[in-house]
Amino acid sequence: MHKFANPTQFMRIANAIFPWAAGLTVILFLVGLPIALVTSPADYQQGETVRIFYLHVPAAYMGVMVYAIIAVNSAAYLIWRHPMANLVARASAPVGAVFTALCLICGMLWGQPMWGTFWAWDARLTSTLIMFFIYLGYMALGDAFEDPERGDRAAAILALVGSINLPIIKFSVEWWNTLHQPSITSMQGFSVDGSMLTPLFLMMGAYTTFYISVLILRLRGELLAAKIRNARMSQVAISPAAQLAE
Amino acid sequence: MSVFSTVLARDLRLALRQSADSLTVVAFFAIATVLFPFGVGPEANILARIAGGVLWVTALLAALLSLDRVFTVDFEDGTLDQLILSGESLSLVVLAKVIAHWLTTGVPLIIMSPVLAVTLHLPAEGYAPLMLALLLGTPTVSLVGATGAALVLGTRRGGVLLSLLVLPLYIPVLIFGTAAVEAAVTGRSAGPMLMVLGGLMVLAASLSPWATAAALRQAVE
Repeated sequence: MHKFANPTQFMRIANAIFPWAAGLTVILFLVGLPIALVTSPADYQQGETVRIFYLHVPAAYMGVMVYAIIAVNSAAYLIWRHPMANLVARASAPVGAVFTALCLICGMLWGQPMWGTFWAWDARLTSTLIMFFIYLGYMALGDAFEDPERGDRAAAILALVGSINLPIIKFSVEWWNTLHQPSITSMQGFSVDGSMLTPLFLMMGAYTTFYISVLILRLRGELLAAKIRNARMSQVAISPAAQLAE
Repeated sequence: MSVFSTVLARDLRLALRQSADSLTVVAFFAIATVLFPFGVGPEANILARIAGGVLWVTALLAALLSLDRVFTVDFEDGTLDQLILSGESLSLVVLAKVIAHWLTTGVPLIIMSPVLAVTLHLPAEGYAPLMLALLLGTPTVSLVGATGAALVLGTRRGGVLLSLLVLPLYIPVLIFGTAAVEAAVTGRSAGPMLMVLGGLMVLAASLSPWATAAALRQAVE
């Protein structure tokens, strides 16, 4: 793992993955969206609104998954001071926050025709909303310090504290008798028909590869910004007199 | 154990000598609660219906206001560096400071709550569960709040940031705290809700001092 602590090493692999991830994202969206939104069968109870579910479930899954990635990377950063783990965690946060927001918005749009209300204060909705706020807090805390490294470490600790919320989201539909539907995956297999699983998995795949592509782009940007900072610093170090004269 | 009692005694003495701080928190609790009858109207049945929730929310906000006191002064005058350099268990020091914070803010809030409940026409069955729920819930508030306070040490707008970090984590306490009052008022047993609050407190007491100590270490580095 420490081999990847070197940004050049890490980015060599990441850059090799990028075209595949980006290409797969385009293909999966091109194949998955028409199936999910047009050709897949309408539900016998929900009618056409079931199509929202193909955008909502993968977004929820990504919101939780990206948070788990942030938590694991934050732990790696705190324990081994692994610099790339920190960059991955910080770069993932806005993506995860947007997925969580998408999940909440899609869920609300689906809830209005199905439950008769945009919002209900049930356990899964509330715990997902809390996760969204923790995402916001994580990003705000990371940027709140003058010393960026302190922000990184404080945010990493917050990410670990907030990870208590993950099992609550996961099991909320089993622990409490809620309005929200129970999980579609269980030990006994899937509780939805195969014709609906195909678009669902295509969309999940598309969201995942989208996340990987955006993450690599953001990491590239971060590393370039660090390079520019260092170049500016060395410029100042070379000509302090010129700097003073300005 | 001596570090624990020394820090606890020191923090309590400091709080007593500046008792205005604790009083301000209680005064905020009272004023914020008194705003509600003006906001929602003085009808007794509406106020009785929302009393438990209003008292819990205002108690949380009052506790939130007092959190910057826990570490900020020690951080600024270097006491915190000394505590960390002393080699004693930092988690234990944190626990002592949290207990001192709870004794000087949580306990006054609990004592004040029945007085404010009267002004909100809380039914008689609700008083004991309200105070018990606050007794079990406010330690969690202090524990989680201390972690947040340690994380924002040295930031520019610590107060606003602290509320963004800590308030989402207070939601479980709020849910079960108000549910306990609600259950008692509607004739059910508040016991299960109080047990969940107790469980949350145990969870917070076992994890928060450790996380807070880690946050303090990185703050003084």
